[in-house]
Order: sequence, then structure tokens, then C-alpha cells
Amino acid sequence: MPTILMPALSPTMEEGKLAKWLKNVGDAVKPGDIIAEIETDKATMEVEAVDEGPLTSILIPAGTEGVKVNTPIAVIGEADAAAPPPAHAPGTLPYEATDSHTKPHAELQATVAAVKAAQPAPADPDIPAGTEMVQMTVREAIRAAMSEEMRRDPDVFLMGEEVGQYQGAYKISQGMLEEFGDKRVIDTPITEHGFTGIAVGAAFAGLKPIVEFMTFNFAMQAIDHIINSAAKTLYMSGGQMGCPIVFRGANGAAARVAAQHSQDYAAWYAQIPGLKVVMPYTAADAKGLMKAAIRDPNPVVFLENEILYGKSFDVPKLDDWVVPIGKARIARPGNDCTIVSFGIGMTYAHAAADKLADEGIDCEVIDLRSIRPLDLETVLASVRKTNRCVCVEEGYPRFSVTSELAAEIMTHAFDYLDAPVARVAGKDVPMPYAANLEKLALPNVDEVVAAVKGVVYAN
Amino acid sequence: MAVKSAYLARKGDKPPKGAKASDLKNSGFSAKEEIQAYRDMLLIRRFEEKAGQLYGMGLIGGFCHLYIGQEAVVVGMQMAAIEGDQVITSYRDHGHMLACGMDAGGVMAELTGRKGGISKGKGGSMHMFSREKNFYGGHGIVGAQVPLGAGLAFANKYRGNKNVSMAYFGDGAANQGQVYETFNMASIWKLPVIFVIENNRYAMGTASTRSTAASEALGARGEAFGIPAEQVDGMDVRAVKEAADRATEHCRSGEGPYILEMMTYRYRGHSMSDPAKYRTKEEVQKMREEQDPIEQVKARLLKSNRASEDDLKKIDAEIRDIVTKASDFATNDPLPDESELWTDIYVNA
Repeated sequence: MPTILMPALSPTMEEGKLAKWLKNVGDAVKPGDIIAEIETDKATMEVEAVDEGPLTSILIPAGTEGVKVNTPIAVIGEADAAAPPPAHAPGTLPYEATDSHTKPHAELQATVAAVKAAQPAPADPDIPAGTEMVQMTVREAIRAAMSEEMRRDPDVFLMGEEVGQYQGAYKISQGMLEEFGDKRVIDTPITEHGFTGIAVGAAFAGLKPIVEFMTFNFAMQAIDHIINSAAKTLYMSGGQMGCPIVFRGANGAAARVAAQHSQDYAAWYAQIPGLKVVMPYTAADAKGLMKAAIRDPNPVVFLENEILYGKSFDVPKLDDWVVPIGKARIARPGNDCTIVSFGIGMTYAHAAADKLADEGIDCEVIDLRSIRPLDLETVLASVRKTNRCVCVEEGYPRFSVTSELAAEIMTHAFDYLDAPVARVAGKDVPMPYAANLEKLALPNVDEVVAAVKGVVYAN
Repeated sequence: MAVKSAYLARKGDKPPKGAKASDLKNSGFSAKEEIQAYRDMLLIRRFEEKAGQLYGMGLIGGFCHLYIGQEAVVVGMQMAAIEGDQVITSYRDHGHMLACGMDAGGVMAELTGRKGGISKGKGGSMHMFSREKNFYGGHGIVGAQVPLGAGLAFANKYRGNKNVSMAYFGDGAANQGQVYETFNMASIWKLPVIFVIENNRYAMGTASTRSTAASEALGARGEAFGIPAEQVDGMDVRAVKEAADRATEHCRSGEGPYILEMMTYRYRGHSMSDPAKYRTKEEVQKMREEQDPIEQVKARLLKSNRASEDDLKKIDAEIRDIVTKASDFATNDPLPDESELWTDIYVNA
């Protein structure tokens, strides 16, 4: 008797809402019939039957939220002698993913969640005392930041593939077409080179475009305009022709999308004078940095992460929450060792710091937030205090952000170091597809723990 | 070929190859327009000759691409421009800057890499800009200026003004993929941009017949995107101006982009370091003798008695004076201050 499981509808989907049943118990179902609708944080999708027979039982009632992928949701076919599993009340199901191989990042995603739960946000000196905090996903934070800036400045507009009618490939721009209209939320053809050039030209003329790349992997088609046109023209024009533009989109590894869709561009863009590069981890930083990026008169590369889009963080409830570009944040104070990271690398850093704390090693975790300009002062002040440093990133290890950090720390804090700076990064290979290989290619918490133990000589 | 014939049927003029100026059915210029065209083209010619000379003396470095032979294109186009229209082009940009009214001394001083250069000596021959004169470069990457130019048009449309962006590119750039990505978007979004293809028959050292399919019907490529196009005798400034009038009117009335394929010719090599061995001296000589854009105007002015030899000599002397002054400035102005190395990388937020 075929059981219908909650389907995974995107590479990073972990759970979804069973929005609606389109068939009732007892209805005849044929392959291809649409039997239910499922809402993910990205889209509403239809579930098709692949088996034939009467719908014997519905295991998850309509309206149930947080249904994990691979949870049985219905049974099709003649009743077996054995009774079907009983229907559960919403929210009381023993959800469990049955096939962990479909979600190699599941461990990391669990880490992301665990870190969030374990981590009360440290007091941020930039947030006025007593400020109310609201829970917001990174996705909502980016959307709120863009919308606030578009309300504030009519010269700001959003363009990219599927940003309008489709409501955003990752739902970042959901609802923005309705609010701002198609003059300011512009669907482009799938031609990155061309539309990026058009956006840069519009910025030369004084408009303030936000260019969404569905992922930064596709921005390689447009990299000539990001670097040669946007970043260099101010200098080549003797200061006349600035380019106020934001290039944003998902960056780095998602899950099981392999080599061409899994690359971290932080180091690539951070090499270029004339560009600013930011890579937030929390929703608060995503919102504040996005607003700063849109207001910045220079080209800003804003690197997001698909896995973080759905994660919730506290965001200050302020009318105008702007995080300055070029300022790192001490995410966790400590004394024994400095861990420096940024973007999704912060999940490994935080989880490692939690584990190490249990063993009596007190780590200070720094979230760079901006890659260029790099807030070396904050990093160096911490290293001069702890005398040890581990740098963490998901990107390739060679000629990377962490190798730059190691060089700068050696140059400016050599006499303070009690151990060589250690680095944990992605492996020096194209991202593999197979679940086990992908896991090996990415950094992990244990590597960070081992690196910290190495520099504090605790092994 | 169907596309080509449709394209040719719509254009106003016959292809210039082998055609004499007198064969072309152009509306006449007023005396004032003839004199203006003569003056503006002559300034570019003399300026470029001087730049070539300074390059030979080692006073200009790097790449230097001269516009000699193609003067009628930009001068005719600018005669149809109104205040606020933008111009953007490739690295063969000196003529466009002069036609936009940028100071000859500032342009020449940029070529010599001096403090008083348009880009403070930091851009050089290929990278100059003037916000004041709506000149948006000066781009060194072949084809990049085409989407950028459409972006300027996007801004015009966004702001609801009547301005038009003129995006110039050569027959070489016409093979770049981003050109067609731009044609597509300019057409669906009805952007007020004129794509001015300067077909000078050589992409660096490669004859367009060797590198380009249907190399004398580049405008016809707009057909696939629903963009109207004309092939124009780019050696005759009157034909250029007349086509530019139609194109600007089309764009200003909200009808979207327009393509003008200017059949033209460069007399010099691709850059100063190009001996141009890929074509015969006779070919160049024939173009100079039969179709030179400046000589055409000069002959008309004299024949129609709109100007005497003395009148033209007076203009020549004025032009030589401007170019000499520009050259003197460019060779005596100091090098940029070393502190300039670190300025203009970011706008202070």
C-alpha cells in the first residue's frame, strides 16, 4: 500500500506546510492527479500522485506547519489487513527525516538551528539599550531593507531574473512587485552580462540599481561589468563617474547542487579596489548592511547564502536600522582564542565555540560582516588579547579571505601570537555532488574545534 | 537574402561602396550647418594628427586609437543631439569627446597623462568621461559600452525625460554576445537608445569579411529583435545627420531603440602600433581621394560659393591654433601629484 511522503521541493528544503488537501479520503486517485498543496518558504507547490487507487487515509491534516521532508502524509490503495497509521493532531507528530542522504547539509542546518537556540544575541553596542527585538528570517530582513530603501528613495530599483511576477527565485522579493510596480521591480531575461551592463549604465546616470543574481555563480557571466565597468570607472574618470549599485544574491554552497552552483566569491570580489564586499550572517546584519549598501555611493557586492535565508534571528525594531560597512562584530566575547569568520562560516565558528566552552576553552568569535573594507582593527585587538587565532570560511582555501587574514595578523600582531594562525576552509576541490563527498568538501565543526585545540596546545 | 533585402529596402541610401557623394540623395545642409560640420570634423582630424605626432615622440603612452577618416559619423550624430543626450563609445573615443564639446586641452593632457587631463591622468586615451558634457566614456573592453549605453537610456526612460543615449560600437564589437542581449532588452523595454555601428570594415587587423557574417548588413541584425535599422553613408555628414534625425525622433517619441549602421573607414591602423599590412595602400588612398568626409564638405562649400578658400583657411588657422594650444598644454602640464595614486577609488559615503 503506497505511502505518500512529504516531498523535498528544493535543494535546501527541510520542512514545509501542508497547505491544502485537494482529495478526500475515499476519492479515486490516478497518477498525475494533484492531491495536495505544500507551502515552503520559497513557494507553494502542488503534490502529484504517482500511484493509483483510492485515497485510503490522510495522515497530516491540512494546515499543519513544519512537516519534515519524508514524513508520511497519506496512503493510497486498498486497505491492508494492518490498519493505517492513525492521523495525528497538528504539531504532535514524531517528525523524522527518513533519508538523511537527501540532505547532506542537514547536519549543518541542524547546527544553524542549534546555534541560534543556544546563542542569546550578545549586546550590540550599535543598538540602543532597551530596543525591542523582533524575530525575522534573513530572507525577510533583506526584503524589508530593500523595501524600506525603495520607499525612501525613488531612484532605487530592483532588477533580476524572476524578481517580479515569480516573486523571486528564493522569494526574497516576494510582494515587492505589488508594492512598487513593474517600473521598479524589473524582470530581466536570463542574460546576466547584458542586464548587469544596463544596470551599471543606469548607475552611471545616477540611478541606484539593486541587481539580483539568482546566484553569484551566474554573475560570472557579468563579472566584466562588475569589475571593469562598475569598480574601476570612478578612478579612470578622475573621480567624476561614480557607480552607486548593489549586486546581490545567493553565494556559496547550497546543498547537492555540485560544482557549478556551489562557489564562494568573497575572495574574488574582495580583491578588487573600487568594490565593497559584505557577507552577513545574522538577519540583523543582513538588514542593516543591505540598507547601508543601497545608500553607499560605491558598487557593493552583497553575498547572501541560501541556507541562511530561512533562519530567524533577532532584529532590532528600529525605524532605520543601518549597519556600517567595514565594521566587524564581536559575536561572542572570550579570552583563550579568537575565531574569525563571516557569513555561513559563523555557524561552524559558533558551534565550535559552544563545544570548546564545554571543555573549558573560552573563544572570542568575530563576525567580519564586511570583507572589503576589512575591519582588521577589531581582529587585531582580539588577537592581541587572546594571542591565538583560527580563521574559518566555506570558500576555497588557496588565495582566500582566511589566507589574507593570516598574512595581515602575522604582519601586524606577530609578537602577540603564541601559535601560528590556523585556517579552516572548504577543500581545494570543485564541489562534488555525492552526499558523502560534499560533506567532506565543506568545513565542519570538528575541524574548527581541532584547529582551536591546536593553537591553544590542548591536543 | 530575405533579411538583408528587407533591411536595405528600408534604408534611405545606397551602400556607400563605390558610390559617389553626388549620387546620394540627401537633404541639403544650410550654409551654417556645412560650416559647423567642416569645423567640427577638421578639429577632430587635426587633433588626431597631433596625437599621432605626440605618440611618435613618446609623449603619449599605451594604446592610442585614432579616429581619422570616421569624423563624419560622430559630428553628424551630434548635430541631431539635444541638451542632455548621452554619448558612450569604445576606446576610439577622442573624436566623440571633441564632438561632445569637451576641452581639447583636457583631452590631450589626458593622452599625455598629465595633471590637467580630463581624468587627472588616471584614465588615458581609452578611459575619459565628462559628466558635464554627458560623455560616459571611453571603454576599453570591446562591446561593454553597448549595455552601458542602454543603461543610460534606461535612466532616461525611468526619469521620463526626452533624452536619447547614443551607444557607438564597431563592426568588431558587433559580434559580441552582450550586444544581442542588449538589443533584446532595449527592444522589450523600449529604451531610447541609438545603436551606432561604426562599420569601418576592420576589427583590428581582421577584415570584417573574414570575421563577420553578412558583414555589410550589420544593422539587419536588429530585425530579429524588432529594432528598425538603417545603413548610412558614414562618410557623408549630411546622410549621417539626416539618419540621426530620424533615429532621435523615433527614440524621443517612445518607440524604443534604433540602429544606424554607419559605413565608414579608418585611415590609420587600429592603434598607433598597427602598420595595417592587412590592406593595401591603394585601398586607403582610394577612400581618401574619393570619399573623405572633410573634403566632401569643403568641395560643396567652394562649389556653392558658400565659402571662399580664404574663409576656409581662416577656419583651418583657428583649428590649428586650438590644437597647438592643446598640445602645448598637454606637454607642459605637470604629471599628476603622487598623492593621486590613492584618490578616487571610493566615493566617501
